[in-house]
Amino acid sequence: MKQHATSTMITNNLSVRYGNHLAVDNVSLTIKSGQVTAIIGPSGCGKSTFIRSLNRMHDFIDDVKVEGAILLDGVDIYAPGVDAVSIRRRVGMVFQKPNPFPHMSILQNVLSGFSFTRKKAIKRKEEIAEKALKSAALFDEVKDRLHAPSGALSGGQQQRLCIARALAMEPEVLLLDEPCSALDPISTARIEDLINVLRTNYAIVIVTHNMQQAARVSQVTAYFLSGKLIEIDETKKLFTNPSDQRTEDYITGKFG
Amino acid sequence: MIKHHTNRAFDNELRLLRDRLLLLAGRVEKMAALSIKALSEHDTALAHATMDYYKTIDGSDLLIDRLSIELLARRQPCGQDLRFIVSVIKMVVCFERLGDLANKICKRVIDLKRINSNYDSGDLASMALHVQAMVKEVLDAFVYKDCHRASSVITQDVALDEIYRIITRNFINEMSQRKEDAENYYHLLSIAKWLERMGDHCTNLAEIILYMINGDDVRTKHDNGHLQQ
Repeated sequence: MKQHATSTMITNNLSVRYGNHLAVDNVSLTIKSGQVTAIIGPSGCGKSTFIRSLNRMHDFIDDVKVEGAILLDGVDIYAPGVDAVSIRRRVGMVFQKPNPFPHMSILQNVLSGFSFTRKKAIKRKEEIAEKALKSAALFDEVKDRLHAPSGALSGGQQQRLCIARALAMEPEVLLLDEPCSALDPISTARIEDLINVLRTNYAIVIVTHNMQQAARVSQVTAYFLSGKLIEIDETKKLFTNPSDQRTEDYITGKFG
Repeated sequence: MIKHHTNRAFDNELRLLRDRLLLLAGRVEKMAALSIKALSEHDTALAHATMDYYKTIDGSDLLIDRLSIELLARRQPCGQDLRFIVSVIKMVVCFERLGDLANKICKRVIDLKRINSNYDSGDLASMALHVQAMVKEVLDAFVYKDCHRASSVITQDVALDEIYRIITRNFINEMSQRKEDAENYYHLLSIAKWLERMGDHCTNLAEIILYMINGDDVRTKHDNGHLQQ
């Protein structure tokens, strides 16, 4: 795997609208490599919209308007002429529900990203797949059945396969949108261990409804409410002594 | 506006924990006051009664510890709830020790009577009243979540340390002249030391309360009782 210890993603006054609805409101924050940034907030606060804008997932949706800038190593990923596919190769994403391609084998799933980008250039594909599967802490469990259908894997294994699929493209940033919400505690613990290992080489952003998970895996936590970034701070500070009363109310589970 | 937890049962559990701590703290405050009165008035009957009263405190700390640990495990609290529960776990130790020291003072009041000591309770009593005021102030700081009162306790401990220094010096001077009363002064010096320790526990409580209120750990900021910003 490449080392991308210096990649940084910065959003400058980022706003995202669905038609007239302002889902993300003027958010500016910095996502650094070598650490996990957790995004927490109630349903509808804009955290998933925010994370999806970081690799241009909204390109597929009509009536979505992205304003402001998202800089990946200083280059605006929404600037004219920037290829969305190349951005998604650099900014990998794993979703809430494990979504391997069911008709493909484990090996094909890991390498499937190349079919959209540089299929002809791919060499030593088994070596790349092995590295990705090892990085996703899945290789030992599947090394004897790489050509078996991915549907035969458990939910936790499928999610790690999706992480391996993202890692095979050697991204710089890894976006995890509630990656453990469909998993049992043991599979969740494995993914969390994996996140902790991966963070040394990637900038990782995790959206989670599980505050304890945010507290466990992240070094920085951002709290979103009604599309706004309310507070971003070191995780240990935010969960013990937040600066904003709205954050305090959310993490302590209080209402007015 | 008072905000409640989405889960009302959690509110009730936190209230129960607070009430348990206040019950213990109130008993410790009463015990401190009784032991100081027994000391000032050479009242061994009151000392015995106070030692009996100590039994009502025994075991309270275990119950509060258990409640706190259960809340940590089941609710996994954050923010001010986390600070409150962690603070309670620490405060209960201080209150238990305050009660223990008051109990020890009562024992020495009885020992002094046994050797027919006719000690002058003047300076020691004024030191004890200083401690009693600190205990009350730190309890008020907890009840009213009052940083000013908590900081005041830390400052008062500086004065208490000075009183302790003067009293021990006087006792040692007197003892060197009246060696036949060595046991008498041994008990009086012990009592003075324990009063000084009670002041230290009040200071610890004040520091914990400041952390509970605003997350500020002042333990690293003060030296010899002086808050340093």
